[in-house]
Amino acid sequence: MTIGAPLPHDSAPLHVTGQARYVDDVPLPGNALHLAFGLSTRAHAEITAFDLSAVRRAPGVVLVLEASDLPDMPDLSPTVQDEPLLAQGKVHYAGQAIFLVVAETHLQARKAARLAKITYNDLPALLTVEEALAANSRFEQGPILWTRGDVAMMSTAHTVIEGEFEVGGQEHFYLEGQIAAAIPQEDGMHIISSTQHPTEIQHKVAHALHLPMSAVRVEMRRMGGGFGGKESQGNALAVACALAAHATGKPCKMRYDRDDDMIITGKRHDLKIRYKAGADAEGRLIAVDFQHLIRCGWSQDLSLAVADRAMLHADNCYWIPNIRIESHRLKTNTCSATAYRGFGGPQGIIGIERVIDHLAHTLYLDPVEVMHRNLYAPMGAPPQTTPYGMEVEDSITDKILNTVIKSSDYHARKAQIEAFNTSSPILKKGIGVTPVKFGISFTLTFLNQAGALVHVYQDGSVIVNHGGTEMGQGLNQKVAQVTAAVFGLTAAQVKITAADTAKVPNTSATAASSGSDLNGKAAENAALTIRDRIAAFIAEKHQVQPETVRFKDGMIRVGGESYDFARVVNWVYQARISLSSTGFYATPKINWDRIRGQGRPFLYFAYGAAVTEVVIDTLTGENRILRADILHDCGNSLNPALDIGQVEGAYVQGAGWLTTEELVWDAKGTLTTHAPSTYKIPAVSDRPTVFNVALWTDPNREDTVGKSKAVGEPPFNLGMSAFFALSHAVASCGEAYPALNAPATAERVLMAVTRVRHV
Amino acid sequence: MAQVAFLLNGTPVHLSDVNPTQTLLDYLRDTAGLKGTKEGCNEGDCGACTVMVRDETGAKALNSCILFLPQLHGKAVRTVEGFSGPQDEPHPVQTAMIAHHGSQCGFCTPGFIVSMATAHLNGDTDHDTTLAGNLCRCTGYAPIIRAAQAAVAEPIPAWLSSPFTFAEISSGDTKGAESPHGEGVGGASSPPIFRPTNSDDLADWYLQNPQATLIAGATDVGLWVTKQLRQLSPVAFLNGITDLQHIEHQGGQFHVGAGVTIETLRKALAPHHPSFAELLRRYASTQVRNAATIGGNIANGSPIGDGPPPLIAMGCTLHLRRGDEMRSMPLEDFFLDYRKQDRRPSEFVAGLSIPDAAPALRCYKISKRFDQDISAVLGCFNLTIDEGTVTQARIAFGGMAGIPKRASAVEAALTGQPWREATITAALPAFAQDFQPLTDMRASAAYRLMTAQNLLTRYFHDLNGVPVNVLEVQP
Repeated sequence: MTIGAPLPHDSAPLHVTGQARYVDDVPLPGNALHLAFGLSTRAHAEITAFDLSAVRRAPGVVLVLEASDLPDMPDLSPTVQDEPLLAQGKVHYAGQAIFLVVAETHLQARKAARLAKITYNDLPALLTVEEALAANSRFEQGPILWTRGDVAMMSTAHTVIEGEFEVGGQEHFYLEGQIAAAIPQEDGMHIISSTQHPTEIQHKVAHALHLPMSAVRVEMRRMGGGFGGKESQGNALAVACALAAHATGKPCKMRYDRDDDMIITGKRHDLKIRYKAGADAEGRLIAVDFQHLIRCGWSQDLSLAVADRAMLHADNCYWIPNIRIESHRLKTNTCSATAYRGFGGPQGIIGIERVIDHLAHTLYLDPVEVMHRNLYAPMGAPPQTTPYGMEVEDSITDKILNTVIKSSDYHARKAQIEAFNTSSPILKKGIGVTPVKFGISFTLTFLNQAGALVHVYQDGSVIVNHGGTEMGQGLNQKVAQVTAAVFGLTAAQVKITAADTAKVPNTSATAASSGSDLNGKAAENAALTIRDRIAAFIAEKHQVQPETVRFKDGMIRVGGESYDFARVVNWVYQARISLSSTGFYATPKINWDRIRGQGRPFLYFAYGAAVTEVVIDTLTGENRILRADILHDCGNSLNPALDIGQVEGAYVQGAGWLTTEELVWDAKGTLTTHAPSTYKIPAVSDRPTVFNVALWTDPNREDTVGKSKAVGEPPFNLGMSAFFALSHAVASCGEAYPALNAPATAERVLMAVTRVRHV
Repeated sequence: MAQVAFLLNGTPVHLSDVNPTQTLLDYLRDTAGLKGTKEGCNEGDCGACTVMVRDETGAKALNSCILFLPQLHGKAVRTVEGFSGPQDEPHPVQTAMIAHHGSQCGFCTPGFIVSMATAHLNGDTDHDTTLAGNLCRCTGYAPIIRAAQAAVAEPIPAWLSSPFTFAEISSGDTKGAESPHGEGVGGASSPPIFRPTNSDDLADWYLQNPQATLIAGATDVGLWVTKQLRQLSPVAFLNGITDLQHIEHQGGQFHVGAGVTIETLRKALAPHHPSFAELLRRYASTQVRNAATIGGNIANGSPIGDGPPPLIAMGCTLHLRRGDEMRSMPLEDFFLDYRKQDRRPSEFVAGLSIPDAAPALRCYKISKRFDQDISAVLGCFNLTIDEGTVTQARIAFGGMAGIPKRASAVEAALTGQPWREATITAALPAFAQDFQPLTDMRASAAYRLMTAQNLLTRYFHDLNGVPVNVLEVQP
């Protein structure tokens, strides 16, 4: 059983010995040069004077490029032409690249970049969503509005709640920072880049160098983490390297120092959610009105699609008869917010989960009761539709929620927690539940395609290349398992090589959790083509039907005979039959009109639920996760070990987003949390003390690879249960609703405790 | 003659032309071609660059990104490439990490392997503490802990079990620890490296070089180089000065040399000052505590260092030396103003005396993250209560002013009063007299002040046995 085997990550033996090679570990020729950007220190300003003489004179400096050196300024944007490589006269955020230094060493480039004398004329900077809204500074003409039914039905509600909820952004903190290298070729450019999107890098470099895409080859073996942060944010480095390599004829490498990385690159979109919701006395939602104020930063990047996905998840797993979602994509003088695991989905989900929590508190109901009363009709029942008109045919939230409520002993523990809180004056416990429904497919429909290339060599060994990129999620291992299963081989017999635009073209980003769904299918299709040729050949020899040929355990069985796979492959080769094939996959069924907000943007939904227990200190706001119980839907898991790894990691990252991970900008718009000394992702002791993770393994009802489900993003949302557990703990301190903002740092928890006690 | 000699994965390395502030990480990656050790942050906060360094005091995990080559003289360095056996047999922690799916993207993994193997060698099974300095963004840590636990039962591999000896390093070379007067020889193109082996030599040299930078653990100075890109010259490396590395228990005091590392101090004082030791457990990370010294933490003068507030609350005495001249002062008097200390040119922190008993000392560190974070507020309370009355109060805070500072007005409001809740309430307004804290990325001024006040309330409940610590709560 190759599919479904809990195999370790294919690179694990290399990881643990230090042999796994990342971009910075690839040897470059000795004459390679190194790059650094000179950065804006102002959020919004005109550059009035510009003196780079000291930069040019600095030791080791070979070349300095400023905007005036690039009359045909390369653009970096993945969507519209609004991101020049270097600022042209004006800077739009603190951290924007103004000039480029090329030097003999990384350190020399960094040192020289600090020697510029730049004079600015400061302009008013829009830093917050309120400021941007007041100035009507936004992407698109106005807010995007989707409605279903009539939110005026709110007036018929038994109870109406309303509130404003601040949700912070999140730094990706991939352990390997952004990096790229360019090696000039006789007729083009070879790029190695830590990117989730090699084709985008290829496209941007080709454009910058005025070359056809065919003259640019991008290779990507592995990333040291991506999380969405390497979907578009690597463009600057690759383009800069390509320009410098073109200008100097030498290999060029660029690696951001961690502080530069955090200052320059985009993060998860922070937002403010204004909500108003009405329900009957039992907590059944009648109407919900959302306003999303999303801080997109200075350029568009992927913000429209992110904001769309927030709207697409504003329902989470709940049927809401009357709903209105108004989404403002606000343009501010801050770094350009970008893709981050969930891609707006978590920002949408947390809004409705806040509504459920607030409503349950107001109605003195258990939030789980309110959840149950609002879930979409379960799979098998006549489907209800989402606000955007898609039928929810596969809802298993009820089953998952019931199972994890039971396995976590939720009700008994909640009673114990209430008893604890009565007897504990300083420390208070809380318990929170979050169910999740997450839509799988790129909402930009054309991206839902993938290619693969499979070669079987004459000795029976197999190599597969696909359009996905490996960032730690185990995609290569999953694709190897799928490919091996087609041939009846073990995963170890299938070798996967670096993503390479010269092998598989026109790839989509490895994003939207789609990696194994798309590339697994494409590789499977390629392998099936070759297997069909082998089967046809051997079937003809044995005068049987090709369908009767079996590939199993490294053997090929045909007409009562059994041959070694390699032996048959060699016969096929000698018979002059191709043992190589491409494979392709395009997701079926989906259609989406983003302007109208109608259609079927997703092939299916992935589900999950989590129960988290926390403790807070009411004197300082310090808080900690004590226990988490998770049940998550991976369909028929391709590799349960890798999937559990995704779920555990996503939960902790999601909880980090909403607790310790606080991004702080000062009044001038300078990010002050730009290193791990000031930006705190979870450390080892922040994981739940008790951490029970299980997979829901019913097969996907859609025809996905191995009937599996995507797993990268959906479980990220489960970390919200920690946030709502904190809300529950704070609620034990008084009568008022805690109205906790995120991230719930010790400070915000203490302020909420104080508020609850004094209202 | 080599300026710096050390063992690298068992092979002697002799360097004769050393930039004194070249980091080990850059040397490993750029010169030695050992690419397994990763740069994640270049400031000692992520642990991706962790290496194991052995000397006669044992095996320690250290961050190679803020470790300068001269600090390694006479020691043995092992990188991730150096933990497998002679026939490439995997180390037990390597086997366990594969079996328990402890790596995903793999970029943090080399650092984890080194930290885990070092703890394994030392028999240290407090994994949350030994791994607090290693960040992972993919796994959520659970599988890494499962791997660490699984490896505990496995024996130390033979190829790592022999104790460190100088003899391995080499022949015919001067070793810092044996050299009578330290080394001052340089290569043709690089400045001399001054690495004294006793404090007399340091005192003499510092008189001649008052503008010099003294480097002990380099956990802060390292960032001057890697982040501020400063050129430091001249520098002196203090980690060979053995006479500053002693802890003596005498006359009701611990006399602690300035060169004692935070980790050594933590372990030595744990039986006497459990709350202080627990605070030191949360001081940065294992890697940083293995390098950082208590003298450096004090001399640095940071208002947010975790050493001074508890030491002030205990009533420690600081000892300074300039040439042959020694002077002592209460520790709190050393801190004059923001980053301004009562330290004359050429004067250095030689050590401090810590009372051996402070049963009522409680240290409360408030930070965004429990482990490896810098305090937003650090409150240290040390009251003497006789028959229900506060007879003496020593309270010191970090993060509340430009210096580590005593809460004099609060102390006055408590002293002589009955030890009860009404006294606490009455003392709270005094905090605003003592402190006007700042707002920064760690906390707002309002939160700092409110929390400082609440920590006095916590202290009251704590001494009365009421549970106040979320870290002690079980699910």
